[in-house]
Amino acid sequence: MALFKLSINNRAYSADVEGDTPLLWVLRDNLGLVGTKYGCGIAQCGACTVHLDGKAVRSCVLPVSAVGKAKVTTIEGLSEKGDHPVQKAWDEVDVAQCGYCQAGQIMTAAAFLKEKPKPTEEEIVGAMSGNLCRCGTYHRIREAVKVAASKTN
Amino acid sequence: MSTLNQTSRRDFMKLAAAAGGGLFLGFNWSDTNAAPVVVDAKQIAAGSVKFNSYLSIGSDNIITIVSPNPEIGQGIKTAFPMVVAEELDADWKLVKTVQGKLDNAAFERQVTGGSGAVPHSWERLRKAGATARHLLVNAAAAKWGVPAAEITTADSKLFHKASGKSAGYGEFAEAAGKLTAPTDIKLKDEKSFKLIGQSVRNVDNKNIATGKPLFGLDFYREGMLFAIIQRPKAFGFKLKSVDSAAAKAMPGIVDVVTFENSVAVVGKSTWQCKKAREVLKIEYEKAADLESSEDHNRIFSNLMDNGEATVRRKNGDVEAAFKGAAKVIKAEYQCPFLPHSPLEPMNFFAHVREDGVELVGPTQTPDRAREAASKITGFPVEKISVEITRQGGGFGRRLSADFAIEAVHVSKLAKAPVKVIWTREDDMTGGTYRPAVRYRFEAALDKNNELIGYKLRGVGINSGNPTREDNFPSGSVDNLLIDSVEHKSAITTGPWRAPITNFLAYAEQSFIDEVAEAAGKDPVQFRLALLEKAKKSPAGEVKYDVDRMIAVIKLAAEKSNWGKKKGVHQGFSVYFSHRSYVAQVGEVVVEKGKPALKNIIAAVDCGIVINKSGSLQQVRGGVVDGVGHAMFGNMTFKAGTPDQSNFNGFRLIRMNEIPEVDVHFVDNGISPTGLGEPALPPAGGAVANAFYKATKQRLRNQPFINEEAFKGIS
Repeated sequence: MALFKLSINNRAYSADVEGDTPLLWVLRDNLGLVGTKYGCGIAQCGACTVHLDGKAVRSCVLPVSAVGKAKVTTIEGLSEKGDHPVQKAWDEVDVAQCGYCQAGQIMTAAAFLKEKPKPTEEEIVGAMSGNLCRCGTYHRIREAVKVAASKTN
Repeated sequence: MSTLNQTSRRDFMKLAAAAGGGLFLGFNWSDTNAAPVVVDAKQIAAGSVKFNSYLSIGSDNIITIVSPNPEIGQGIKTAFPMVVAEELDADWKLVKTVQGKLDNAAFERQVTGGSGAVPHSWERLRKAGATARHLLVNAAAAKWGVPAAEITTADSKLFHKASGKSAGYGEFAEAAGKLTAPTDIKLKDEKSFKLIGQSVRNVDNKNIATGKPLFGLDFYREGMLFAIIQRPKAFGFKLKSVDSAAAKAMPGIVDVVTFENSVAVVGKSTWQCKKAREVLKIEYEKAADLESSEDHNRIFSNLMDNGEATVRRKNGDVEAAFKGAAKVIKAEYQCPFLPHSPLEPMNFFAHVREDGVELVGPTQTPDRAREAASKITGFPVEKISVEITRQGGGFGRRLSADFAIEAVHVSKLAKAPVKVIWTREDDMTGGTYRPAVRYRFEAALDKNNELIGYKLRGVGINSGNPTREDNFPSGSVDNLLIDSVEHKSAITTGPWRAPITNFLAYAEQSFIDEVAEAAGKDPVQFRLALLEKAKKSPAGEVKYDVDRMIAVIKLAAEKSNWGKKKGVHQGFSVYFSHRSYVAQVGEVVVEKGKPALKNIIAAVDCGIVINKSGSLQQVRGGVVDGVGHAMFGNMTFKAGTPDQSNFNGFRLIRMNEIPEVDVHFVDNGISPTGLGEPALPPAGGAVANAFYKATKQRLRNQPFINEEAFKGIS
């Protein structure tokens, strides 16, 4: 066990865990940030997507010891009032069915739109195809990313 | 027809007052003998008056509507309250929705399965809203001194036009709560619905998009321990011995407990439990045949020819029909086992205390979890509470109570509040799969190319009856024989979204396409002719609504411009399941020599559509599910052990692989007949038939991606 100091959603946290513990489980089991979801544990589904210095990463395969001084953003910290353009678009398009994968989808979309504010449909599909949605809300995810893109510019 | 019980209603008011307003008492909506029970006061706004099991109205005009059935992504937590709000003439913006706990006294059928929740509750929900509205109107009439019949309602307000009086519902909630509820209540004319049929956004959208703790896996409790369980690695193994010394010595591990064939590592975090499980030394012994997929293929072939079949339906003289046939068409179709793969893996919280049991988690059948907990602990069900969390998908997997049973065992043995968590690997290799099945279809055509004989034999592995003997084309063929053979295996199976029909529909609709082609007829016209026959001179009983089926076929043909598109290869499919009717047209376009699935056009008759947005997505999602699993879903075995254990080996459909899905609902005013499943079954057939048009190769086995037609196409 070792003490890890983490900057998450612009707040300082510390967790006394083994260094190989994935960031996902530190967030969930140690810090009570359960918005980041466990889906596969092997970076295949994207449910655990968080931002590390603004870039989308899979927290299920990121050992906490590798986070270092990087700034972590989780779904809870994407916006203060839940009004990030992507979050708003998700409501407007009424994307969610069960909703379990959507935090990961939103985090992937938010990081993607920051890099590419005016994406083509092909680019959206390319960026979002790494995230699984078992309910099959893909049409609406695609639509919501378009809506978010149109509102941010 | 059930009515409100007046005595219990008065009892409720009295007891509520005695409890000081902190607790609210409910009563069974439909069972007039039920005793009042305490329900969770936290869920209902302070100062609210509870009108029935579903509905409370506060003096602040906030209306709280309880949705009793588990929410797994079918949208019930939005749709149920919409129905109550419609009859109440409530202002939807002032409606608060809460998930009900398991409460047999207040609710019936707190189950999510079989696309049955809305059909079951439709009238109950409407009456709950209509009764409360009636009481509010009468309370206002008494206060205003005007006839109740002159009072109108809209947007949670009461109006009396002649006197110009108006008031919000909150103002009269208390007075209305003291009135005697009517024993019979007139419901709205469906044509006057204002909220039902609109697009209403999922009530949990904001919580979902901001990462609020909604799901079972998100449930944490002070002092709670985690448990990760090692189950036998092969179907057919049983536990022989456990050496848990090394695991117990790992950091964070509190205990290792054994029950049945399972070994549970109990500790302070998920990760610590997962790591400690890896150092368990467990020996297993063989308790049943350790089957491989090659064995299953041999078993299918053997039982297809030599198995002792159970006759499911027989009409006319099949042997004679085939003997006298001008043409016989025969084909076999096969489907693999499938895991459900809900994105939230199985998990459940249990706390076995000295005085009872607390259960919290994602289950489609909370009643089953409680029954099982009662059996294990000896507590009567009254001492066991079940809180239903939002669920990250179900697809039938959460109908089983195995994970709740595990949590109860572990909590009991470890003497602590425990949450059992399945890893994805546990979830995928843990069984209760869709059963693998092979079908053999045979059709006899006479010299006029009329279908005079039809045979179907289904051979399934732990499938129960793998046929739906009374579904189409039964009733439309004079000579018909449907039978089945079942092989019992150690590989566990269970209901998987649209059980049996999720693969039967594809096989049957593909075969019908083959028969239509052999008869030289258009696939749509061929089906319509069979249905006309089922209507005019039915062969035996017809247990589906022929007119509703014809209507969706015609609608899908019209909306897809059937047979008239250039360069587009269309495939047709139609299926009746779970009381609803869905026809689909798949459209394949050949690009650079490769066939690509571009569109699915779906015509749906599920009766009245409650929430347009939710229903539209339910159909799209069902089609994506059906297409995805037909294309890619494959679970194979070696010596009882699954070859696939995570999403790297088991392929789920992704955004870049979906077709566009164009949805059309039939507007016929029939009471809702269910939508959680019916859009899935026809999808595979629509895809297979469209690919056939494009490639001239039949797709007779799932997953399609392994078929000859897809060689060289990724």
